[in-house]
Amino acid sequence: MDLNLDAPHSMGTTIIGVTYNGGVVLGADSRTSTGMYVANRASDKITQLTDNVYVCRSGSAADSQVVSDYVRYFLHQHTIQLGQPATVKVSANLIRMLAYNNKNMLQTGLIVGGWDKYEGGKIYGIPLGGTVVEQPFAIGGSGSSYLYGFFDQAWKEDMTKEEAEQLVVKAVSLAIARDGASGGVVRTVIINSEGVTRNFYPGDKLQLWHEELEPQNSLLDILNAAGPEPMAM
Amino acid sequence: MTFTVPIDNGDSVKIAEEESQRTLYPYVTGTSIVAIKYKDGVLMASDMGGSYGSTLRYKNIERVKAIGKHSLLGASGEISDFQEILRYLDELTLNDNMWDDGNSLGPKEIHNYLTRVMYNRRNKFDPLWNTLVLGGVKNGKSYLGMVSMIGVSFEDDHVATGFGNHLARPILRDEWHADLSFEDGVKLLEKCMRVLLYRDRSAINKLQIAKITEEGVTVSQPYSLKTFWEFSSFHNPTAGAEGSW
Repeated sequence: MDLNLDAPHSMGTTIIGVTYNGGVVLGADSRTSTGMYVANRASDKITQLTDNVYVCRSGSAADSQVVSDYVRYFLHQHTIQLGQPATVKVSANLIRMLAYNNKNMLQTGLIVGGWDKYEGGKIYGIPLGGTVVEQPFAIGGSGSSYLYGFFDQAWKEDMTKEEAEQLVVKAVSLAIARDGASGGVVRTVIINSEGVTRNFYPGDKLQLWHEELEPQNSLLDILNAAGPEPMAM
Repeated sequence: MTFTVPIDNGDSVKIAEEESQRTLYPYVTGTSIVAIKYKDGVLMASDMGGSYGSTLRYKNIERVKAIGKHSLLGASGEISDFQEILRYLDELTLNDNMWDDGNSLGPKEIHNYLTRVMYNRRNKFDPLWNTLVLGGVKNGKSYLGMVSMIGVSFEDDHVATGFGNHLARPILRDEWHADLSFEDGVKLLEKCMRVLLYRDRSAINKLQIAKITEEGVTVSQPYSLKTFWEFSSFHNPTAGAEGSW
């Protein structure tokens, strides 16, 4: 069991993008690890590309950062030339270009989500290799393995904004419970015609799952509350 | 690992053959144990997780067990090997009781036995994939030691395994002192366990603290620690530095 501080920074991660009846909700955990060490317990994996398009990053932290930096740069120029906000489809395609043409070197899975006036809320999944898949919802990262069954059961079309966000928070929280590479807080970004809202859900605000217990300040509080009897064996 | 049973089908007979079973790599693993000596004896903390690679598969594993009347054994590493060690110790303590001579094995003896077991397995290239922490009190004297899977064995006032070596021991070096009260000892261990919870990928938020004194062993009920996330820089870390982490 070794720290291996020379291991590449990887966002083990759980990332999610979900469409609802007015836009999209993006969600992610906040754990970045170097081997088994948690290098950053409060990372922000939902990165802005334009005012109306964001991307969830997973896999290699470095690769996903540099890809999103390039795409933000291209989209900035594109927006100026176009004279209006870029569409989600164009953003996804730019990511695809970089991901596909550098597939031998990159190790990052991305979920692009946003809102534009032509198509409304859209989610595009871009896994390793550079495939682009437009989906009503997308999950990615190591934590997503634990969510396929959950989404098969819980996903439905035409959710409200509140339902969609609750679904995302619940899902990331479930993945964090079982994936060692995911953890920390749950971040969400909601994008619709009105704009962008960022939310933050620390561990203590989430519901408890199987075999999880209510957090305490200390064992001493439990012992004092229980009275003078000794601890049970 | 092959184990062929004698078959007589007329053509040939295969003789029962048992290669040494080896834990080549661990499957279900426990993470750190942290233990300290305090005024009345020894305190030992561990979480209740059994990881299966990067999956947090089991969340109710007790990794600290009482051995006889005078000792506490905590283990990190492969859980099946820990269970095997508990069977060996059961056999040892049973035989010790059967002498019925009023003597009982103390922590020093158990630690020595475990050291021999671990080292001899290592010499056969067939290790028990654990790091063990052995604490106890006998005749008023506290004892705390550890043995690794390669047979490295020593005693100290405070020990830790796995990630605890890197994250907990610096805290203990700074803040441990002789004659800690029970309350201070628990708080110190909780401080270490909280850091491990933040920074060890295989840690889960469900722990037990075990205490051993002259009177005997008590293992606390499982409980969770509160965690802190309200730093302002955690709320919006990339404001002003879009694309960073």
